[in-house]
Amino acid sequence: MFFLIFKRFVLGLITLFIVSLITFIGVEILPGDACTSYLEREAFGEALAACIKRLGLDIPAHERYLTWAYNVIQGDFGYSLSGQMQINEVLGPRIKNSLVLASAAIIIGIPLALILGIITALWRDKMPDIIISTVAIFSMTIPEFISATLLILIVAIWLEWLPGIVIVPTDVTFFELLPNIILPVIAIAMIMTAHMARMVRSSVIQVMASDYIQMAILKGVPYWKMVFKHVLPNALLPAINVVALTIAWLLGGVVVTEVVFNYPGLGRLVIESISNRDLPVVQALGIILASIYVSINFIADLLTLMLNPRLKTLQTRK
Amino acid sequence: MENSKNIFNENPKSSLAKVLDIISTMASKPSGFIGLAILIFHVTLAITSPWFAPYDYKAINPTLMLNAPSSEFWFGTDSLGRDVFTRTILGGRTALTITFFGSIIALLWGGLLGIFCGLVGGRIDDIVMRIVDAFLSIPWILAMLLIVSLLGTTTEVLIPALGFFYGKGIVRVARAATHDVIAKDFIVSAKARGHSNLSIIWNEILPNVRDAILVEGAMRWSWMLLGFSSLSFLGFGVSPPTPDWGLMISNARGLMSFAWWAVIAPIVGLSSLIIGINLTADAFAKALGIDRSTKAPV
Repeated sequence: MFFLIFKRFVLGLITLFIVSLITFIGVEILPGDACTSYLEREAFGEALAACIKRLGLDIPAHERYLTWAYNVIQGDFGYSLSGQMQINEVLGPRIKNSLVLASAAIIIGIPLALILGIITALWRDKMPDIIISTVAIFSMTIPEFISATLLILIVAIWLEWLPGIVIVPTDVTFFELLPNIILPVIAIAMIMTAHMARMVRSSVIQVMASDYIQMAILKGVPYWKMVFKHVLPNALLPAINVVALTIAWLLGGVVVTEVVFNYPGLGRLVIESISNRDLPVVQALGIILASIYVSINFIADLLTLMLNPRLKTLQTRK
Repeated sequence: MENSKNIFNENPKSSLAKVLDIISTMASKPSGFIGLAILIFHVTLAITSPWFAPYDYKAINPTLMLNAPSSEFWFGTDSLGRDVFTRTILGGRTALTITFFGSIIALLWGGLLGIFCGLVGGRIDDIVMRIVDAFLSIPWILAMLLIVSLLGTTTEVLIPALGFFYGKGIVRVARAATHDVIAKDFIVSAKARGHSNLSIIWNEILPNVRDAILVEGAMRWSWMLLGFSSLSFLGFGVSPPTPDWGLMISNARGLMSFAWWAVIAPIVGLSSLIIGINLTADAFAKALGIDRSTKAPV
C-alpha cells in the first residue's frame, strides 16, 4: 500500500512538472513577451531594456526556466510587474481569503450533499427526489455568474438582507471578512452541493441494487440499520474521488464567483493579473492552482486507500 | 442482428431511421422532451431572429435610456437606450455558433487522440495521458484568459482555443472506450484477416466507441457554452456592441438595482439554453445506454 501511495505522489509531482513546463512554454510561444505586453505602447528604449534586465529576458529560455523552477521549489515566485512587489507578498493574503471561502463552502456543501444525496436515493422517483433533483439540475447547469448575480439581485437588492458586493481591503482580518462571505459561500456551495448530491444519489442507488443488500433485506435486517451499516459505507467510498474532482473543477468557477462579488481572493487575482498582463503572476497562479488540484486528488486517493480494506489486500496479493 | 453488423459492416437499418429512433427515445421521457424542445426553440430562434428583430441591436438612443418594459419595448431598454428584446433574441447567435464549431473541433481531436492512445498503449500512451492530466489540472479559465488576452478575442482564436481546452476530457473517454473494445474477438479477427490499422480504427473501433464519444461531446457543448459565456461576462469573449448574453449580463449588472429587466432577459435566455442542452445531452446518453451520473465534471 505504501508503494501505491508513493507512486501516486510521484505521478502528482510529474504532473506538476509538466504543468510548469506548459505554463512556461505557453507564455513563451504566445506572441509578446512579459515586458512588451505589460508596457504596451511604452515598450521601447530605456523602460523596455530595464524591464528585460529585471526579468532576465535576455538570457536563453531554458536557463530562465531552470532558475525560475529552482526558485519556485524554494517558494520564491520572483517579482510581479505591476505592483513592483514580491509575488509571495501579493499571493499570501489572497490565498488566505480564498481558503476561507472554499473551506466554508466545503464545510456546508459536503454534509448537505450527503444528506440530499441519500434522501433522493432512498426516495427515488418519489416527491422528495423529484423536487431536490430538479433544483439540483438547475443550480448545477446555470453558470456561476448567473446564480451569483441572481443572488445579489434577490437577497441584496430586493430583500436588502446582506451586502451584495464585498468592499474590503485584501489584507482584511478573518472576523471582518465573515459577514461578507455569506453570499459568495452560498453561490459556490450551491453548485458544489448539487454536483456531489447527484453522485451520492447514483452511488447509493447502485449499492441498493446489489446482491448483498437484497440478501440483507431478505434476512430481515431493519431498514435504517441496513442503510447505515451496509449501504452507506459501500456507497460513499467511490464518491470520494469524484467529490475531489468536483472540488478541483470548481477552482475555475470560483474565479468567476469572486469577480461577481468583488471578493479579494485568488480568483480575482487571476483576472487582475491577466488584465494587467502581469505574466510572472499568471505563471505563479498556474502553478499554485494546479498544485491545489493535484493535492486534492492525492488526498482523495489517500482517503480511499485508507478507508477501503479491499484495496489494501489487493495490493499485497499483487 | 447485432453481431452481423460488426462482421459484414452492413447496417440493417438506414442511418436516418436510427437517428429518428434515438430522437424518439429521447423525447419519450419528459426531461428529454423538454430539453429537445428548448434546444430546437433556441436553434430556430438563432437562425431566424435577424428577420424579425424589431429594432437595430446597436442603435444607441440617449432619450430612451433604462425604460421599463412596455408595449413598445417588450423587455425595456438598457443603459444606452438599446432595445433589450432585440438584443436578447439575437444574443445566442454568436455563442451557439462558436461553441458548436468548438465542440466539433474538440470531438475530432479529442476522439482521435483518445482512440490512438487506447490503440497503441505502452510508453506513448503513458506520456500523452500525463500531458492530458497536466492540462486538466490547470484551471481552464486561467489558460483561456491567457490565450485570449494575448491573441485577441476574434472568432478565429476563440473556436480553436475552446475546442482545444474542452477536448482534453474527451481524450480520456475515447481512450477508455477504446480500451474496452480493443481486447474483443472481432478486433483480433480483423487483425488476423490482415486489415490495416486504419481500417480497423474506421470499421471496427469507431462504430463501437462512437456513442461514448458523441455523448461526451454533447455534454462538452453545454460546458463550453458555459465557459464561453463566462469569458464574455468577464470581458474576454466577444466584443461590444455584438449582442451576447454573457456580455449583456455583465453590462447590465451594475444598474440592476433599478433596471432589473436588462439583466433578467439575458439570464433567462442563457440559462434556458444551457439547461436545454444539458437535458438533451442527458437524454441522449440514456437513449444510447450510457450512464454518466457517476462522472465528475472534468
